Amino acid sequence: MLVSRSNLARLIGLLMALALVAAACGGEAEGVDPDVSCEFGDLNLVNPAVLTVATGEPVFPPWMGVGDDNFDVPESKTGFEGALVYALAAELGFSDDQVVWERTGFDEVIAPGPKNWDFNIQQYSITEARDQVVDFSVPYYTTRQALVTFATSQFATATSIDDLKDAKLGAAIGTTSLDFVEDVIKPNTEVAVYDENVGAEAAMIAGQIEGLVVDLPTAYFVTAVQVADSVIVGQFEESAAAPDDYGMLFAEGNPLVSCINAALDVLISDGKLQEFEDEWLTQDGAIPVIGG
Amino acid sequence: MAKRYGSALTSSPNDLRSPGLWPTRRPRQRMREEGARSALIAAASTVVVIALALWWILSSEAWPAVQKQFFNPTNFREVWPDVAGGFWLDIRMFLVAEVLILAFALVLAMIRALRGPAFFPLRALVIVFIDLIRGIPIILLILVLGFGIPALQLRGVPNSPLFWGVTTLVISYSAYTAEVYRAGIESVHESQRMSARSLGLTQVQALRYVLVPQAIRNVIPALLNGFVSLQKDVALVFILGVREGVREAQIYAAGTFNYTGYIAATVLFLLVSVPVARFTDWYTDRDRKRKQAVGV
Repeated sequence: MLVSRSNLARLIGLLMALALVAAACGGEAEGVDPDVSCEFGDLNLVNPAVLTVATGEPVFPPWMGVGDDNFDVPESKTGFEGALVYALAAELGFSDDQVVWERTGFDEVIAPGPKNWDFNIQQYSITEARDQVVDFSVPYYTTRQALVTFATSQFATATSIDDLKDAKLGAAIGTTSLDFVEDVIKPNTEVAVYDENVGAEAAMIAGQIEGLVVDLPTAYFVTAVQVADSVIVGQFEESAAAPDDYGMLFAEGNPLVSCINAALDVLISDGKLQEFEDEWLTQDGAIPVIGG
Repeated sequence: MAKRYGSALTSSPNDLRSPGLWPTRRPRQRMREEGARSALIAAASTVVVIALALWWILSSEAWPAVQKQFFNPTNFREVWPDVAGGFWLDIRMFLVAEVLILAFALVLAMIRALRGPAFFPLRALVIVFIDLIRGIPIILLILVLGFGIPALQLRGVPNSPLFWGVTTLVISYSAYTAEVYRAGIESVHESQRMSARSLGLTQVQALRYVLVPQAIRNVIPALLNGFVSLQKDVALVFILGVREGVREAQIYAAGTFNYTGYIAATVLFLLVSVPVARFTDWYTDRDRKRKQAVGV
């Protein structure tokens, strides 16, 4: 193809402009599109002037609604995700009253079609397959998987994944925990799968499974509150087979994700996110690591 | 309509009024032609209706997204082995449960059909059982029995979720099926019972040899209807952690946010339930014709 001199000059100019844009992007926070305005009036919202946040029903501590009177009350601003949502909202210019909660089942979230919420937060693990159907914010928390069993169980003293091959394990559907059991632990008995951790806990009490794999913060709550005489055997090492980054979930192509990412970046750099983590998720005492 | 009328005229206007007067085509052949024509019309209108429906769906702006998430061939191939494996478990649960239900429900119905004050406690027990079980949503029953009884850790009682899932289905469906049997027994004329008793048969013998055989024949369509219903409801045991077909599809959907596994499960369920439904219709039809032929 023949390129005339003037065209060549234009091409070079264009390339330089592109390089400049790329450089500008590099300076921005991850996942933030500089073309999206995050002025309060420009935010892409399903309901005008309120931030409509979806979560599960019920919501569990330590993620949301922590405290005797706060169970299943995201408006209490308690719990890691509860505190985070109100902080993000404030960062974008919403008052606390302008945060409205929606409750969703799992299938409603991934069903195609318009959503009646701006984003959904309930410990969604970011995976490539999911990312093709919805959009995720940058990670707001990275967790590890942990094994819970009864103190009297033969698996309570397990120190390696090999010790767990003969365990009957359970996990909740759609969790990284399930992927972790299936792809990393690979027990000889098929993993039992429940709608919620509550189902897996009932099965453990019923003696139908011998151990339950959940993320570490949930494990604290299960052992402290939900299942009597249960213990955290240990936490597992990170695994490429089951990435453990939690992200907020948006409808595919929603430009609001860029603004949430920018707000999250502020909370990360000023140390707020770490404060929430320390307050709601971290417990005293070291949890042993179950090695490969 | 006009065409149909016209061809009827040309075929031979007189053969109805004066059969045998003209050497006409036999009525059977005429019926065959009429049948072929209606089949053609039915086929054509079906094609038109389906084409319209498809056009309506495919022209939707959201269709590409729906197709990607629901009808994705790649995902279908990926999820098929898991869903098919789980569905095979569904079929086995269904077969085991159905046999037990038919037997248990018949026992319940026969107890309920016993007459006389001596049998009152038994009858009352069955009635209470049926009322209670039918009054509880099946999903609650599965949760309560499936998680509750094993939690008691009774000696000698299995704690397998599969066992309790199937047991709950048997208990629940037996209550409904017993009522179907009862309707059948009550549909047999009272004189049958009285004749049997007057021949010296005991109550149980009268039920066993006279009433129940006639009753079952009367309610076979209703029983088959129960088959279809159960064949789908076996999937409910997934709440106990059992990985049957629907659950496998759900696991896939949850991991990938892709619904194609649900379509795979739907196809499998239809492959079984539609033939059973057709068989029910065919059987009902045959039975009705047979009865009409006898002149009952």
